[in-house]
Parts: sequence; structure tokens; C-alpha cells
Amino acid sequence: MTTMTIAKAINEGLRATLKNNPKALLMGEDIGALGGVYRVTEGLKKEFGADRVVDTPLAEAGIIGTAIGLALRGYHPICEIQFDGFVFPGFNQITTQLAKIHARSAGQLSTPVVIRIPYGGGIGSIEHHSESPEALFAHTAGLRIISPSNAHDAYWMIQQAAACPDPVIVFEPKRRYWQKGEINTDDPGLDPFQARVIHPGTDATIVVYGPLVPVALAAADAAEEDGHSVEVIDLRSISPMDFETVSTSVEKTGRLIVAHEAPTFGGVGGEIAARISERCFYALESPVLRVGGFHMPYPVARVEEHYLPDVDRLLEALDRALAY
Amino acid sequence: MAEAQLPTTEFDLTGPDDAREALAEAEAGAPEVHMVQLLDEHGNLHHDGTFSPYLQRLDAEKLRSFYRDMATIRRFDQEATALQRQGELALWVPLTGQEAAQIGSGQASEPQDYIFPTYREHGVALTRGVDLAQLLRLFRGISHGGWNPKDTNFHLYTLVLAVQTLHAVGYAMGIQRDLASDPDAVPAAVMAYFGDGASSEGDVHESMVFAASFQAPVVFFCQNNHWAISVPSEVQSRVPLVNRAAGYGFPGIRVDGNDVLAVHAVSQWALEHARSGAGPVLIEAFTYRLGAHTTADDPTKYRLAAEEDKWRAKDPLVRLETYLRKENLVDDAFFAGIRADGDELAGYLRKATLAMTVPDIRASFAQVYAQAHPLVTEELEWVERYQASFPDAAESVDERNGGAA
Repeated sequence: MTTMTIAKAINEGLRATLKNNPKALLMGEDIGALGGVYRVTEGLKKEFGADRVVDTPLAEAGIIGTAIGLALRGYHPICEIQFDGFVFPGFNQITTQLAKIHARSAGQLSTPVVIRIPYGGGIGSIEHHSESPEALFAHTAGLRIISPSNAHDAYWMIQQAAACPDPVIVFEPKRRYWQKGEINTDDPGLDPFQARVIHPGTDATIVVYGPLVPVALAAADAAEEDGHSVEVIDLRSISPMDFETVSTSVEKTGRLIVAHEAPTFGGVGGEIAARISERCFYALESPVLRVGGFHMPYPVARVEEHYLPDVDRLLEALDRALAY
Repeated sequence: MAEAQLPTTEFDLTGPDDAREALAEAEAGAPEVHMVQLLDEHGNLHHDGTFSPYLQRLDAEKLRSFYRDMATIRRFDQEATALQRQGELALWVPLTGQEAAQIGSGQASEPQDYIFPTYREHGVALTRGVDLAQLLRLFRGISHGGWNPKDTNFHLYTLVLAVQTLHAVGYAMGIQRDLASDPDAVPAAVMAYFGDGASSEGDVHESMVFAASFQAPVVFFCQNNHWAISVPSEVQSRVPLVNRAAGYGFPGIRVDGNDVLAVHAVSQWALEHARSGAGPVLIEAFTYRLGAHTTADDPTKYRLAAEEDKWRAKDPLVRLETYLRKENLVDDAFFAGIRADGDELAGYLRKATLAMTVPDIRASFAQVYAQAHPLVTEELEWVERYQASFPDAAESVDERNGGAA
């Protein structure tokens, strides 16, 4: 057991991957000497050299497109996109190429590319630096989407993503980069594509992932003071989605609230609501409720606290669910 | 728009619109561009200090193979077009007019090189040994690819323009790493094909930036066929495309794309340059799409027959035939043999196309991910239950496959 921040845990996970897999390499803007704008790759260029920690030209399609070519040659590129809102110049390469080459080749070619994206708000930043575009990628078959919420998962999930034969996008909760946690460096525990029950309860289930995990845990604690027992699930993987763990919980609690920073319309929460309604119709005591961002471009930093789901908004949803 | 005002293609200094084009070029500040040509449209050889020596490497059989390949792929193009017209292919992308650009460059590549085509490089596919019938699978609607690129180092066609230029550079960066980690690795280069239309896509720019930054062993092979569907190349670029290489800091060569000898020589030079570790090269093969963009296109809407006639006079096959006959390297039997082989190819293609079986939808589920994905598994199970719920389930599967034959 060792304790470190999420950012350091990813750094150590990347270091282990570079050590264990000679075909792995990192690519991105400013990831070398600077160590990335969040210092997640700090020290890695010095340790592994410029051929394995590649400071690329400033071009996201270029990063993803050349990573695809490297993968076709047998390499395992791990790309860093500097901020969530800057992934879109690479969107074409991700959705029309990276996601489809395995199917296009009838399974003969694989493109095991990992794309790391620091995402989410709450950091008081300017436009394009606080977005949560995960649903746009989850909608695309051929991609896997995961989001660690703690140091242990961050350390292991980046390594598991790098070992996966499919393309994996890792959404990293950037406002939690400095959150410390214990890591068991001997045992990864769960498969990266499984959800984890992180707080047991009986009256309602809250499903969250990434940056909202601590918010949901705080809401569960607050609810407990009001006499309500809330089960919290850290989804961990958005594609595939572990509906088994969620439906098992809802069969028990009868109520489900899904929360994410991304806008609710067309979001991951809607998919969970639909699937759980199909699976658990007779167990549900109330409609599945969603808590998330509004249908607007991510607002200015000075008002983001009114946009981001917080403990009070989760408790408000809980009250509504319990009122049925 | 009156016919006389239809746009004509730019930078061609030999056509009837020379004066107007020269004026337009001067106004645009376009510098004169040298175009490498070894064999002119009359079948006469011209000397080039850099590239003529490459002709010494060619024996008579090699020269004949240039003609044979060009004739074969033109025949293939005609047969595929016919199959589309008869409803056997959903679409066809003709290459007629571009045979020299494709056969010359394709034959210059070595087995260890890797080719990233766009979707019109049937001639390059031929030189790499791809079974031509497999090229039709995509257009038959039974595959998004159709062949295994690992067999021939000829990548799958990509319909989103220019994306493959970045894949090519990444692949070349992989070759660099292989060479650095394994002293016995065979030097190889990558060929990235694209057209004058795709040259406007951002991915081409980014690929050239990356290639230059990392000195990747990649040859960008731009077939300037003068028309991006209906838009002439002058709308894509106000300067000769080949001049863009200078902006990225690597050599650019314009070659007569209808001169297979020049294309072969220039491509060999560029590939050797790349394999030697000297970095990327841009080749602009100056050619012309004599037919439609695809079988869904109608060139009479946007260009003059006179322009097509002008380019027909520069036919890559005719000029090589003239040269081969003049040098007594071929006889009538050679051409008769090629025609007979073409008839055989046509029969083979038709038979192979009609024999292509429709894949089961279950195969589509199996190919989404390399590692099992629960949602895909769940949906496949649903499809199987749904199909089995029909009393004549087994029969209907046979029908979809075109009968139990």
C-alpha cells in the first residue's frame, strides 16, 4: 500500500506501462520537458527518452492520426489531449478511423490506442477547459470509455487501458488530480470495465463516475443524517457499461439517481435510465432521475457552481425520488 | 453559365488555354514549376540529369510490365464500371487516365514498404499483388474493406479524405523506431496517396508537419487529376501543389503523371530518399481523371469535352506503346496476348463478383471490438432470439444469402 495523488498515480501507471511494454509510447502536446500542463507525465521523458515520450506538434488530429499509424505498425501509443474541449480537432480521426478500423478490416487489424483526456469543470477556468464530452464518444461503437475516480483506479486503469487490444479513452477527473488515496500496487482488483459499489445502502442508489464520486459520497453521508440509506456506485466504465451492478442495486433499493457533469440531454444518464427502466421496471418505486449539466455551453467560471451537480442537488433529487 | 466560361484546369502549359493560364498564374504570383518528363506524349525520350539514369535499371521485361499492368488495370476499370451499370456493384470509382501515375509509383515500391491508398488506387493495388476481385467487395456492399493489408502491405481504402496521410506518417514513425531498436531491421518507407481535392483537408497539412518534424520515411504521392468531383484544382490551391513541400521543409517534385517512366524514376528516387533516413518527399503527379469521379457523377455538367480530348491525347498507354514499338521491344502478339488476358480477367471478375456471398449480420457483431464487449454480446443474443422466433427462420437466412446455392 502506498498513498499518492491521482495525478501521481497516473504518472506511476504510465511509468509501469513504459517499463513493461517496449512498444508503448506517450504522445501529446507539452508532455516532455514540461511534463504536461498538469505534470501527469513529469519525469517520463527524462527516464525513457524522446522517442517514447513524444512532444508532438500542436495538432490533435495529427496526434490521433499518427497514433493510429503507429498502432498499425505494432506500437501502443498513449495520447494526451491537453483539455477536454480540445479533443474536437481529433474527433474525425477518433470516430471515423480509430473506432472503425477493426470492423473495417473484418477483425484483421487492431488499433490499441489510448487517449487520455483531463475532463470536467470546477477549476475556475476559461472556455473549453471544463467540458465533459464523454457521451459523444460513448455513442461510437468500437471505442471503450473509462473514468477513474481515485488513485488506486487511476494507477491500474491506465495500465489496463494500455494493455487492451481495443481503443480506450480515459477521461481523467482533472479537478481531482490532487486528491490523495491509497494504492495497492500488487492487486488491481476489479476489471476496468466493471462498476464498483463504494457505499452500501438500501433506500436509493446514486450512480456517478469520475469527478462526482466524492460529491455522491458526501450526499450519502448527509442523507444518512436524515435517516436515508443511500447506495453509491462508481460506474468506472462508460463503454461498456456495467448494468448488472446497477440493476442489482436498484432491485434492492427501488430508486435510482444518475449524476454527471455533462448535460443531461442525450447524456450517459439517459442511457442508464432507459436500460434500468427496462430491466427493473417492477422493482422501481420512482422514475429514474438525472442530475447533470444544463443544455448550454459550459458556463463562465464565476457561475459554474450553479451548473455543476453538488451535494444539495443530489439531495434534492433524492427527496423527489423518495416522495413517490 | 456559358460553355466558354466553364473553368479550365490550371498550370498546364501545353493546352489551348496557355496564354490565359499563364496570365492567371502570373497574377497569382505562381512561380514556374519544372515538371519531370522522360517520355513525351509522342513516345520520344527526353533527358533529365537526375532521373534519366534510373532508366538504366529497366530491362525490356520491366518496360513491358509497365504496359501490361496499365492495360490490365484499364480493363479492370472498364469491367468494374460495367458491373456497376448492371447493378452488381453499388458504386465504382474509375481510374482511367491515371494508370501511369499508379503503376509507375506502385512498381517503384519494395515489398517491405507500406502503402496507404485513398479509394482510387486500383493500379497500385495491382502492383502490390492484391487480388483484383477483392477490390470489388467494398463496392459490392459486402465488406468495408475486402482484403488483408498484412498480405501485401497495401492498406484498406479509406473514404474519409486525407485521414490516411496521418496514418502513413505514424506508420513511418513506427518504422523509425523499429530501425532504432533493431539493427537488422530492413529500411522501409511508406507511400501516402491522396488527390488534389484532399490536399485541402487539414489532415494533409498536419501529416506534412509531423512528417517534417520527425523526418519520417514517408513519400506523399499526390495525384493531381485536376478535378475534385466538379471543382477544378485551382480552387484547391492558387500555387502549384508541389510548391507546398517547400513550406514544410522537404523536397517536392512535380512529375508528368501520364509518363510511367518518369513516375517510376521519381518514385524510386523518393522512396530511396525516405528509406535512407533523409525524410519525407512530396510528389505531385500531374495527371487527369478521364472519366467520372464515380459512377454517380456526370462530368458534362462541369467541364468541357475539349479539355478531356486534350488529355486523351496524352494517354499514358498510347505513348508507352509508341515507344515500345519504336524500340522493337514488343510485337503485335504482345498486345494480342494482353487483350486475351483482359478477356480472361473480365470473366474471372464477373464470376468472382456474382459468387460473393452476403455475410451474416452476426459477423458484424463479431468485428466491433477485439475483446468481448457486453453490449455487443447482448444485442447479438437478441438478434439471434429474434431471428429464431420466426417459424421459417432457417429458410430466411438462406434467402438473404442469395439462395442455398
